[in-house]
Amino acid sequence: MRQIIIIGSGPAGYTAAIYAARANLHPLLIASSVEFGGELMKTTEVDNFPGFDEGIMGPELMMKMQAQAERFGTEIVYDDVTSLELAGDVKKVTLGDGTVHEALSVIYATGSAYRKLGLEDETRLSGYGVSWCATCDGAFFRQKKVAVIGGGDSALEEATFLTRFADKVYLVHRRDTLRASAVMQDRAAADPKIEFLFNNEVAHIYGDEKVSGIGLVNTVDGTETTLDVTGMFVAIGSDPRTHLVHGQLDLSEVGTIAVEGRSSRTNLPGVFAAGDVIDPTYKQAVTAAGSGTVAALDAEHYLADLAPELLALAAPEAATV
Amino acid sequence: MSSARDVTDASFQSDVLESEKPIMVDFWAEWCGPCRAVSPILDQIAAEHSDKLDIVKLNVDHNPETAMKYGITSIPAMYVFQKGEVVKRVIGAKPKPALEADLAEFLA
Repeated sequence: MRQIIIIGSGPAGYTAAIYAARANLHPLLIASSVEFGGELMKTTEVDNFPGFDEGIMGPELMMKMQAQAERFGTEIVYDDVTSLELAGDVKKVTLGDGTVHEALSVIYATGSAYRKLGLEDETRLSGYGVSWCATCDGAFFRQKKVAVIGGGDSALEEATFLTRFADKVYLVHRRDTLRASAVMQDRAAADPKIEFLFNNEVAHIYGDEKVSGIGLVNTVDGTETTLDVTGMFVAIGSDPRTHLVHGQLDLSEVGTIAVEGRSSRTNLPGVFAAGDVIDPTYKQAVTAAGSGTVAALDAEHYLADLAPELLALAAPEAATV
Repeated sequence: MSSARDVTDASFQSDVLESEKPIMVDFWAEWCGPCRAVSPILDQIAAEHSDKLDIVKLNVDHNPETAMKYGITSIPAMYVFQKGEVVKRVIGAKPKPALEADLAEFLA
C-alpha cells in the first residue's frame, strides 16, 4: 500500500511527483509503456519553458523532469493502467501486466490524445502518409509536398518543422484566422515554403496503399480543390484522456475531469486530477506543471487529515507493493 | 537502445529475405522518440519467442534504400517477412499486449 500513486508522466505527473517525493510521500508514478514523457516527447525545441533561456529539446526536458522526480525518491513503473477503482479509502490501480497497486490517494494526470479528423480513410492510411507526429515522420517527406491540418501552435510548429524536409507545406485551416501565438504565426508567414489555405476543410484522403492527395472543401463557397500531397499531418487539437475514469469521476461540459475551483479535487475524496486532462483552455507544459504542483499539495493535505490507522497501512516500510 | 541485431541495405537480402524463420524488421531512427520507447518491448518479445520469430532492426537514416523500397513513411514501422515477402505491417509504438495481439499468428 502506498500513500500516493501518480498516473501520467508529462509535466503534470512529474511535477506532482517532485512535490510529493519532497514531502516524503514516496510516490509511485505509472509512466505508460510507450508514451512515457507525454506530448513533449514528440516535439523538438521548447522555447517557452521558463528557465531555459536558450530553449531545450522536448524529450530532454522530460528526461530532466524524470530525473528530478527520481532524485527525491519517486518510483517509476513503465506500464499502462488498465483499470482503476477510485471510490473508498483505498484506491486500486491495475496495470497491463496484471499487477494491482493500492494507495490512499491518486493523482490522475493522463493528458490528452490527438484528435482525428474523423474521415474513413484516415485510419486506413495512418502510417502510410497520414501522421500525427511531424518530428517522427517528417524526414520521410524530403522534397515532397505535404499538408498540415490545423490552426493552433502545434499545427504551425509542425508546418515550420516540415519545411526542413518538404519542398512545399500547405497549412489547411477551416477558419480564416489562426489560433496560434503571434511569434509562431510570424515565423510561418515568413517561410516561403509554407502556403496558407484558410476556410478549407479536408473532405477526402486519396490513395490505395499510401496517400496520393487530399480533397478540400471551401467552408465559405463550397469550392472543391485537390492537393497532390503525399503526406498529411493532423494537428487539430486533442481530447482529454478520461476513458479510465468514466462512471467514477465527474466530467465537465467539455469533457475534462471536473475539479473544485482552482484546486485539483475531483468528486471522489483522495482523487486529484492535474494537467491537460482538467484543462480545456491553456494546455501548456508550464500550466500543466503548475497544475501538478496543486495536485501534490492537495493530496498532501488530504493525507495529513486521514485517520492514523489508515496512514499506518501506507507507512514507508509497508510500501513494498 | 535495443539489443536486436542490426540489418543493413547490404545485408537485407541474406539476413531478412532469405531467412528460414519469420523475421520482423523494426525500421527506426535515433531521433524518433516512439522508436526508443518501443524497442525494449520488442526485445522482450524477441526473448520470449526466440523459437518462433526473429526480430532485427534497420536504421532508416543509414539504410535509406531499404526504407524507401518498402515505402516507409512513419516509424517505428515493424514489418514481418516470411519467405521474402511482407506478411504483416505494424506501425507506431504500442504497449506490449497490443503488439503481441498484432503479432499473435507469428508467436503462437
